[in-house]
Amino acid sequence: MTYALKTEGIGKSYTIGHMRSTHTRNFREALISSTRSLVQRISHPLSSNRELFDIEEFWALRDINLKVSPGERVGLIGRNGTGKSTLLKILSRITEPTTGRASLHGRISALLQVGTGFHPELTGRENIFLNGAVLGMGRREIQSKFDEIVAFSEVEQFLDTPVKRYSSGMYVRLAFAVAAHLDPEILLVDEVLAVGDIDFQKKCLGRMNTVADEGRTILFVSHNMAAISRLCNRVILLDKGRIIQEGDPETIIQAYFAQGEQASGLLVLTPEDKPGAQIEEIGIANEDSQFASSVKVHRDFFIHLRFRVHEKLDQTRVAISVLTQDGTTVFVTMHTDENPEEKRELLPGSYCARVRIPAHFLNVGTYSLNVQIIGRRSGYGRAELDRAQQALNFRVEQTGTISLEVNTARPGVVTPILPWSLEQ
Amino acid sequence: MHASEIIIEPRKRASHVWRELWLYRELLFFLAWRDLIVRYKQTVIGVAWSVFRPVITMVILTLVFGKLAKLPSGEIPYPLLVYAAMLPWQFFSNTFGVSANSLVSNANMISKTYFPRIILPTTAMITSLVDFLIAFSIYIALMFWYGISPDWKILVLPLLILLASLASLGAGFFISALNVTYRDFRIVIPFIMQFGLYISPVGFSSDVVPEKWRLLYSLNPMVGVIDGFRWALLGGETQLYIPGFILSTCLSLLLFLLGIRFFYRAERTFADII
Repeated sequence: MTYALKTEGIGKSYTIGHMRSTHTRNFREALISSTRSLVQRISHPLSSNRELFDIEEFWALRDINLKVSPGERVGLIGRNGTGKSTLLKILSRITEPTTGRASLHGRISALLQVGTGFHPELTGRENIFLNGAVLGMGRREIQSKFDEIVAFSEVEQFLDTPVKRYSSGMYVRLAFAVAAHLDPEILLVDEVLAVGDIDFQKKCLGRMNTVADEGRTILFVSHNMAAISRLCNRVILLDKGRIIQEGDPETIIQAYFAQGEQASGLLVLTPEDKPGAQIEEIGIANEDSQFASSVKVHRDFFIHLRFRVHEKLDQTRVAISVLTQDGTTVFVTMHTDENPEEKRELLPGSYCARVRIPAHFLNVGTYSLNVQIIGRRSGYGRAELDRAQQALNFRVEQTGTISLEVNTARPGVVTPILPWSLEQ
Repeated sequence: MHASEIIIEPRKRASHVWRELWLYRELLFFLAWRDLIVRYKQTVIGVAWSVFRPVITMVILTLVFGKLAKLPSGEIPYPLLVYAAMLPWQFFSNTFGVSANSLVSNANMISKTYFPRIILPTTAMITSLVDFLIAFSIYIALMFWYGISPDWKILVLPLLILLASLASLGAGFFISALNVTYRDFRIVIPFIMQFGLYISPVGFSSDVVPEKWRLLYSLNPMVGVIDGFRWALLGGETQLYIPGFILSTCLSLLLFLLGIRFFYRAERTFADII
């Protein structure tokens, strides 16, 4: 039996703690710490470095054994920080594994982001060539597909305009169009379908289906379960860097949701080395400030967020979106909504945010949360600093209270009680 | 464009390195092309900057070293003496300066796609080479102006350009990899470049260096390159100090090889720490 892709005991560890207390080590610190370790070595020749420096190893991935046959379409799912993206990064050779070995047979393309290498000053035409080259296409190959790419992107009129003047929708369409015309035997895709408007997302998914039907091997990471179940014929569930279950899409997706339901209503995220800011906790708390994975429809509840700011930030914005089970956004709320100028400059430290969601607002159902922190680190442009996608599932439940019979099993995403007037 | 079988292990095999570089050669030229185009977008005089920069520097150095300090230049007109050295020096310092930030400024590409990372600092060398060729055409004009005709030695020039490329690539590999982990280097680079202009024989001939220090002076790899350029371009009785040239050449080659080695060692963690 030949495999398109095979991994044996792949693992990846990061060292966190003392040595990586700041994001970028500066030269002086490195000099000081290496001198200190030398001195310690000489004065205590028997003790090991590890003890002296309190280096903590964090395994983002551990012992991943995977066999994928040619033509298989495998979905990787799991909560945030469970190692899905790390695995794709290793397989696409962006980062090296700490342990293990993987072999891949066939032309590989990795699509971890659309528009990598795009330069704002260049025109659409120029960027098609550049992005194609970055993704591994040759000049001839790009030339032969050029017309198709342009047609797919729907930006024909603006081909000779610098992309910095494009709307974000046009930009994304062009970027995806290039990626969609890759011609690999093995395609690694990470959550890139969540771009553009609904119509374009459908078009992207359609394109993915076509690619899949052509018998290519696909490894697909997504939080969009609808896309996963439509596209994949095998799904792998990851948790804490390990494969915990694999099988047909339906079973595994159910297991994934069940995992969410068992949660206590508080998700503590594993630390990654993110510059700027980092989301640490996401939670749902009931009226009595207790974390719970389900809340009552007729009671207020809170979305709780804890994050750490590593360096001084300005133009900060913390945004939370609430999504339904099929991925539709119910609403987006931001910490600057009430007062746009307030608390946009954040000093380093730990922050706790809380949003009150009024009673009789979300209807009965299961929801999940997206959290995003945007801000500007000094010396950089404004950018997304951290995000968690479909990070926490929670349920809004009907209660048996008699006085609330008005709310029994109505359809709809929201169930507000609105002021009526009725006159004769 | 990719090899048909790929093995991923904690340590890359050395034999892959060269084959891969060949596979990705088109990307190298695309990136160089991008950097050249982007550089002169929204500028008024565009490519003319590639001409002005060396010419203005030449005028200033000639005034300071030739007219004010009255350093000797033998038979050769001082501006020509300076310009022949400016060519390799600006090639080196441009490559060095641009490659230093090449990884950091393309951080997004490094963390989201795979390609041999060494392409990025190499791109800096290619774009500087284009600048070099533009500046070189000015040199030809200057030669006509001063009525100096080149002799056979100009045929050695391609080899000297290669030597200058190796030295600047070697330095570029070191500085770009270091800059990923230690951003301190970003601050140090302009200083190194300014300093280098004065410790290299750009504004003056290396003949002003006392004989007994000459070999020591050649520990600077750019001394050999610059002396070689003057020897090949200025014609006449310009002499090449052979022991110094050999020493500088060996050091350039060593710098290049160590640079590659250092880069490939550091490369493994780029995506994790950039």
